[in-house]
Amino acid sequence: MSLHIQELHASLENGTEILKGVTLDIPAGEIHAIMGPNGSGKSTLSKVLAGHKGYIPTSGTITLDGQDISELSIDQRSRAGIFLAFQYPAEVPGVSNANFIRAALQSRLPKGQEIDAVAYYKNLYAKMDLLEMDRKFTSRAVNEGFSGGEKKRNEILQMIMLDPKYCILDETDSGLDIDALKIVAKGVNAMRSANRGMLLITHYQRLLDYIKPDHVHVMSDGRIVRSGGPELALELEEKGYDFLKEPALAS
Amino acid sequence: MTATLPAWFKARQQSALQRYETTTTPKRGDEQWRFSNFKQLDFANVSNKPAPEVDVAGLVSRSTGLETPVAKFVFLNDSPVFSESSLPTDVICLPLAEALASHSDLVAQHFMRQETRLGSAKYAALHEASLKNGLFVHIPDGMEIEGSIEVHHWLSGETTIFPHTLVVTGRNAKVRIIDCFRSVDETTPGLAIAFNDLCLGENSQLDYIAIQALNEVTRMIQINETSTDRDARAKGFILNTGASWARNESLSRLDGPGSRSDMLSVSIPAREQEYDQRTLQHHVSEGTYSDLLYKNTLYGHSRTIFSGLIFVGEKAHHTDAYQTCRNLLMTDDCEANSMPGLEINADQVKCSHGSTSSQISDEEIFYLCTRGIDPTRARQLIARGFSVEAVERLADEPTEKLVLKFIDEKFSAIGVSEG
Repeated sequence: MSLHIQELHASLENGTEILKGVTLDIPAGEIHAIMGPNGSGKSTLSKVLAGHKGYIPTSGTITLDGQDISELSIDQRSRAGIFLAFQYPAEVPGVSNANFIRAALQSRLPKGQEIDAVAYYKNLYAKMDLLEMDRKFTSRAVNEGFSGGEKKRNEILQMIMLDPKYCILDETDSGLDIDALKIVAKGVNAMRSANRGMLLITHYQRLLDYIKPDHVHVMSDGRIVRSGGPELALELEEKGYDFLKEPALAS
Repeated sequence: MTATLPAWFKARQQSALQRYETTTTPKRGDEQWRFSNFKQLDFANVSNKPAPEVDVAGLVSRSTGLETPVAKFVFLNDSPVFSESSLPTDVICLPLAEALASHSDLVAQHFMRQETRLGSAKYAALHEASLKNGLFVHIPDGMEIEGSIEVHHWLSGETTIFPHTLVVTGRNAKVRIIDCFRSVDETTPGLAIAFNDLCLGENSQLDYIAIQALNEVTRMIQINETSTDRDARAKGFILNTGASWARNESLSRLDGPGSRSDMLSVSIPAREQEYDQRTLQHHVSEGTYSDLLYKNTLYGHSRTIFSGLIFVGEKAHHTDAYQTCRNLLMTDDCEANSMPGLEINADQVKCSHGSTSSQISDEEIFYLCTRGIDPTRARQLIARGFSVEAVERLADEPTEKLVLKFIDEKFSAIGVSEG
């Protein structure tokens, strides 16, 4: 059981190649972190996994628990168990958070079957309590007028509610103060499970103080260039990414 | 109308008929009809055949709106067929024909006092000359009505109706009126020329909601005239989901100092539907406030026209006036025309106006799809949310729910093919 990425190449519509052969295996039960400098392709990887149409996979495979999901649409991938927590989630004016999450859950039910509203709200409120979210969140429009911290918490709330098999968190720590980061980390840690794999994409080691990864990878120029244990993150924090410029590695 | 009509009213109708006959039909080049589709003004094909038999009891049971309106009226081709009311006895809330008999002076004081300035003077005259009935509401001083008066206007057969709503609020009074325009069947072309006259007394509050859900072969002209006395607060809302063509002319005249008018509209045209909306925010007095928000969601080959003017008169210092028209283009074939305007003749004025047209962004769709929502449903949710922003300004849950019911019916009628 794993989210497996094999030799994945992806380009922009203009032909610029961003991912240049990424291979990564995220077994259920593990948390993997990808670090790397700006422009290394980390966020692109998350979008390609989610099925974003702006990136064209040119070769390689993505399999989810053995099923090739490369041909699935964005919403099909979500329903198959992929969840992407956005660095900059979109605002959806006029659609309340409660209705939005409900529509997402509804999409997972067979046609004609309706969500039990009472049970839904009970569940939603419990998860909001975990993330220390005010009840008013339910009636506010999705991400509209939200602070950076509120948006990130909202991403985690959606993730918990949708209960995905594999979570990809893109720069979830960026723009958060330490209190907000702790709350977000609490939510993510509550999701740790032997049945679920997670991929944390981050620029800063700080996040990994609160969410302990099993493996750390370094991405540079569209490839994974180094992999190691949690100690690799500390090393990067200390030494920076200058080693990437050393000719031996860059080649 | 019956023989009991007061003399003044008969005289008004006669002179209105003359005015109708002598006023020229709008033509190309008239600023107030810029971008308009003139062939829609050819009413010759409305045959005015006698209406077919209608199952009145069935119609009354179809006239559902709020769960508990404070009063409810049902009109079929301008004839009252049902009414019920739990209004206090000193409120006057009567079919206009009855009010003309029982409260002639009061009606005369307020009936169609403003000049129709937004282009349809001819059709206002036709309305005045032809109207047979409507609703007259008078809320006495200090009376606050909780809840809404709900009026259902049904159009049956190839005919023209002239629904009229005249609302007068006394000092410190409060009321909400909901007019709902519908066709008895989906295939018979009709015409509705409606007029609503809202006269707000000092420090009173009046919410007026018009729901236009006529069948898609019927045309409508709706003229709204609002005048506010000192510190009064008017809120007008128009929903357009039906009709092949609808022209709305909304004029808010802020007569009294400190008064306020919110002008709201949601239109969701599809297929070949056309909505032509003209507005005027006329600030007469000092310290007045107006805020207009019109939102159009266009599908298919539909078309909208918005032309709005904020006019700040010489005495209207310290005016705040805002005007926003936003168009959401759901297809490449729809067309939204916006002509915002501003004329300021006073000092210390805050005004803004603007219009935007946009499509749903790919990033928004991407976001919803990553939550498992399919692209068609995602577009529908976003489009509904776009309308909800204006609906929420009604700030009354049962009314919002009712308006959203009509919006949702429209979205489901548009369906997957155009979504």
